[in-house]
Amino acid sequence: MNTATKKENISSSFIESFDFAQFQFAVEQRTKAYEAFKAMGLPDAKSEEYKFAPVSKWLTKHFSAAELSTQAIAANESVKDLLNPEFAENRVVFVNGFYNKALSSITSDSKITIQPLGEAIASNPSLPFDQLNTTDPFGLVNSTLWSDGLYINVPKNITEKKPLFIHYLHDASSNKVSAHTKLFVTVGENASFNIIEKTDTLGDQPVFNTINEEIIVEENAFFNYCKIQNDAGQLTHVANTTIHQHKSSRTDTYTFTLNGKLIRNNLNIIIDGEGCDSHFYGLYLTNGDTLVDNHTTVDHKKPNSFSNQLYKGLMDGKSKGVFNGKIFVRPHAQKTNAFQSNRNLLLSEDTTVNTKPQLEIWADDVKCSHGCTTGQLDKEALFYLQSRGIPKATAKAMLLYAFAGEVLDVIKDEQLKNYIDSIVSERLHKVY
Amino acid sequence: MLKIKNIHARVEDKTILNGINLDVKPGEVHAIMGPNGSGKSTLASVLAGREDFEVTEGSIEFLGKDLLKMSPEDRAREGVFLAFQYPVEIPGVSTVNFMKTALNKIREYRGQDTLDAVSFLTLMKEKIKLVDIDQSLLSRSLNESFSGGEKKRNEIFQMAMLEPKLAILDETDSGLDIDALRIVANGVNKLQTKDNATIIVTHYQRLLDYIVPDYVHVLYNGKIVKSGTKELAMELEEKGYDWIKSEMEVA
Amino acid sequence: MSKDNQVLEEFTSREYEHGWTVDLDSDTAPKGLSEDIVRFISAKKEEPEWLLEWRLKAYRHWKTMKEPKWPNVKYPSINYQDIIYYSAPKQKAQPKNLSEVDPELIKTFEKLGISLTEQKRLTGVAVDAVIDSISVATTFKDKLGELGIIFCSFSEAVREHPELVKKYLGTVVPPNDNYFAALNSAVFSDGSFCYIPKGVRCPMELSTYFRINAANTGQFERTLIIAEDDSYVSYLEGCTAPMRDENQLHAAVVELYAMKSAEIKYSTVQNWYPGDKDGKGGIYNFVTKRGICAGDHSKISWTQVETGAAITWKYPSCILKGDYSNGEFYSVAVTNNFQQADTGTKMIHIGKNTRSRIVSKGISAGKSQNSYRGQVHILKRAENARNFSQCDSLLMGDQCGAHTFPYIDVENKSAHVEHEATTSKIGEDQIFYCLQRGIDEEAAVALIVNGYAKEVLKQLPMEFAVEAQKLLALTLEGSVG
Repeated sequence: MNTATKKENISSSFIESFDFAQFQFAVEQRTKAYEAFKAMGLPDAKSEEYKFAPVSKWLTKHFSAAELSTQAIAANESVKDLLNPEFAENRVVFVNGFYNKALSSITSDSKITIQPLGEAIASNPSLPFDQLNTTDPFGLVNSTLWSDGLYINVPKNITEKKPLFIHYLHDASSNKVSAHTKLFVTVGENASFNIIEKTDTLGDQPVFNTINEEIIVEENAFFNYCKIQNDAGQLTHVANTTIHQHKSSRTDTYTFTLNGKLIRNNLNIIIDGEGCDSHFYGLYLTNGDTLVDNHTTVDHKKPNSFSNQLYKGLMDGKSKGVFNGKIFVRPHAQKTNAFQSNRNLLLSEDTTVNTKPQLEIWADDVKCSHGCTTGQLDKEALFYLQSRGIPKATAKAMLLYAFAGEVLDVIKDEQLKNYIDSIVSERLHKVY
Repeated sequence: MLKIKNIHARVEDKTILNGINLDVKPGEVHAIMGPNGSGKSTLASVLAGREDFEVTEGSIEFLGKDLLKMSPEDRAREGVFLAFQYPVEIPGVSTVNFMKTALNKIREYRGQDTLDAVSFLTLMKEKIKLVDIDQSLLSRSLNESFSGGEKKRNEIFQMAMLEPKLAILDETDSGLDIDALRIVANGVNKLQTKDNATIIVTHYQRLLDYIVPDYVHVLYNGKIVKSGTKELAMELEEKGYDWIKSEMEVA
Repeated sequence: MSKDNQVLEEFTSREYEHGWTVDLDSDTAPKGLSEDIVRFISAKKEEPEWLLEWRLKAYRHWKTMKEPKWPNVKYPSINYQDIIYYSAPKQKAQPKNLSEVDPELIKTFEKLGISLTEQKRLTGVAVDAVIDSISVATTFKDKLGELGIIFCSFSEAVREHPELVKKYLGTVVPPNDNYFAALNSAVFSDGSFCYIPKGVRCPMELSTYFRINAANTGQFERTLIIAEDDSYVSYLEGCTAPMRDENQLHAAVVELYAMKSAEIKYSTVQNWYPGDKDGKGGIYNFVTKRGICAGDHSKISWTQVETGAAITWKYPSCILKGDYSNGEFYSVAVTNNFQQADTGTKMIHIGKNTRSRIVSKGISAGKSQNSYRGQVHILKRAENARNFSQCDSLLMGDQCGAHTFPYIDVENKSAHVEHEATTSKIGEDQIFYCLQRGIDEEAAVALIVNGYAKEVLKQLPMEFAVEAQKLLALTLEGSVG
């Protein structure tokens, strides 16, 4: 391959080396995605959507085009040491992008279909996955190169309280990993489902990982979704999550980013029914040279719905935080209430934050607002605590914890809450 | 002055007023009482001409004119004043500016000269005394970050400025402590003459300790089910609305 | 509802007040743009060689650039060869004083309510009147001259004060800054120049009145204001244009330069012809306005009331270079019918302890689109910077759109940046409350809108505030849907 091109951008050679003839299933969708990607290429530094998240640059630096488009190899046994004992009960495990039956144990209601997506497509070629066609370049890469995925179908009226834990493991102890998976979920009318998702990496070779997720929440259904990103490896991760909400449905999402190299989360919510209720929470607590970029889009297409977003960031070291939140209120989506808030605390001299909240409104009878703040810890509050005899370090940790608490408090699942809470409080107390 | 005949009204598909009849003469004070949801505030809104309420039957005559045919602003210019239960906030618009605009629009309608800044301020100072309102309040944005009491006092101040022929006080006593209640009532009493009339819409009897009504009407399920004098209000207070409800059910 | 529609109808059929034209004999360049046209303009204006070179360099750069596509506005592509780049009302010679100015021109401005005859002016406002491309008269020049203040047309400044022009021209908005700034740098014809010496507080409002008269012409004026240490100036700009079916291009550049402890207050009431109710015609208002707070403790404040133009694309910005410098941006942008506005500001915090404040009030009615686009950038060395932004949108009717695109980029942890935005409509409850007090719907809307925009309007000098209030009410009468 041409090194000169490589320095510039891996985009064209990456496109050329795409070999998706290796796949037996979803060939038609892959071809479509490939054509769209070919027309677009990888985003460069001038791209408005990726100007603060240099994914392409990182790929160019760490991967050859061939390495990127090749499926990952088998993993070491010890990758299973990464599994969380807290979530052993009902889990699905992927290793290097492939479903791992041996490590998975599913105890959800038996009426709920939970199976590898490749298998599901093989038995039902007309399975309507990949319908909410992404326009994100990495989403298209995923749709071309995905190796496996998970299909979940929650039938009508089934309420499953027990969360399903989906764990994506990568073994990068001796090889680079390029792993791409999909998740396709339908939560039927009046049904309720819970997902917790996490990635972990073994070793310190670079990992490029994309996940495309399409979730359809039918009328009056409830969907609860939590992403835990606390990967100690050299992980660059791009998630494209699209949630399609029908009438009177409710969605709660939580995105916790605590570690990783370059994390980009595209969360798109389409509110396509009246009376929907949607809540999105995010907490990014970053250090080192982590870059976390949360892009959210809430598209209100129908009237009388409510959406609320709260993203909070605590950035230390040389970490960077990016928040881009779009709210669209389409012409007939009257009586929409849409709120968004992004609050950041910068804890060191070398952190930066770029936020761009964006409201686009075409309906007149709406209540919409967004707010964002960036600042330091309140010195007055710190002093107040110190003056009551609390040592500065403890006082600082207390205030930071309180800042994060607003997002932690809203987690409904007790076990999950305790787990996140323990990581956050340990981090805050250890550091300060 | 005001003749309400067999008024039926609804909001969307829900009928709220079910045949109201009421006669108000100059110099009179009428109190309209009733449990929550009986239609008291709807009656006030219908009189002021709020669009959400559709009158399906009946007529209202005000000073010999058909009130229902008039736009809300013309009703105001003819002398109907509604003291709102929940006065709205209008950011950036001071009460002074608001009142000056309103008063001059009404004067124009009546063929009177509009007031210049000086005579308006003179009039305002005079009325301020009547309702004991803090003048600095009047240069702030209308009702914005006013306390409940301040909002209600501001309503009475506006009433004093516009000198209506028929004043409708919609739950003016709600949310007021006893001192604020006394001040508001005092203002209303001072404005009462033999030529104008007042309709007090209230859930409780306590405002009537300060503003003594000539007549008391009890509204239930969109109809006036009982009329009487001040004593009726006392009886209601004592026995509660369940008394009316059970009496109605028996009937 | 039907009543509202009727009022809306009435309003949309209201005509643009300043839509007349005057038959002025003018001196016009042939259509199109080339190096020859640039030379033609420079020669017409008898410019020195360095300025011609400066223009040519800008022109050559412009040719390499592409028209920006990122604003949230839509319009058919502009044929830059179909525009007349220079049109000057013919005057026998450069007028020495007002008595030598063509009476037809004076009448034009009288019609706009701008009197150029000093004794007729009631208020202390000095006016520089620019018609099409040329400054036709500047009032109160002598009086200002006594204080050492230079207030004149840009061409005159090039002739009389070349050293100042040469020193500052393009220092705030470089010729290659953006597509329209480059175009302006190549072909700018005239504009205002203003210099306030050290320690002088300008005793009156300085004002420029822009008017496009000729058909098919673009207007490319350039304004440069320099405020020396400890000086103060308040500057006003107003604009109108005749009604024409074709779109006309207005690509101006404004540069402000504030030195130590200087303060420049720049206010605009923009009422360019917005096009008719079907969106035909109207001015494309593509303007680059930027100020630099070069000295410590300096301050630049932009206030704009944007009611006209078919398309507005402008971001009056502040570069806060001096420590403790202060930038402000107050804006009311009203769009109706098919108007589109993409406007906002940039606050670039470079110096320590710099402050900025943004208050933007958008009002959209009809089928218009109104966008706020702004950037607050706190650079790494900008210790202790503060910004507060408030962006509100008010929607009238259900066919318009309001959009906000605030970019907030913070590289210093001691920064404190706050941004709030809301979108709402005029409440039916608010209207009803006014109606109940005897105020009719049109007056109620005017009252509520002026209340909504008050925070911005109060920044304007008195004479302009009254005009702006009337303009707002006129633009929006009855557009409650």
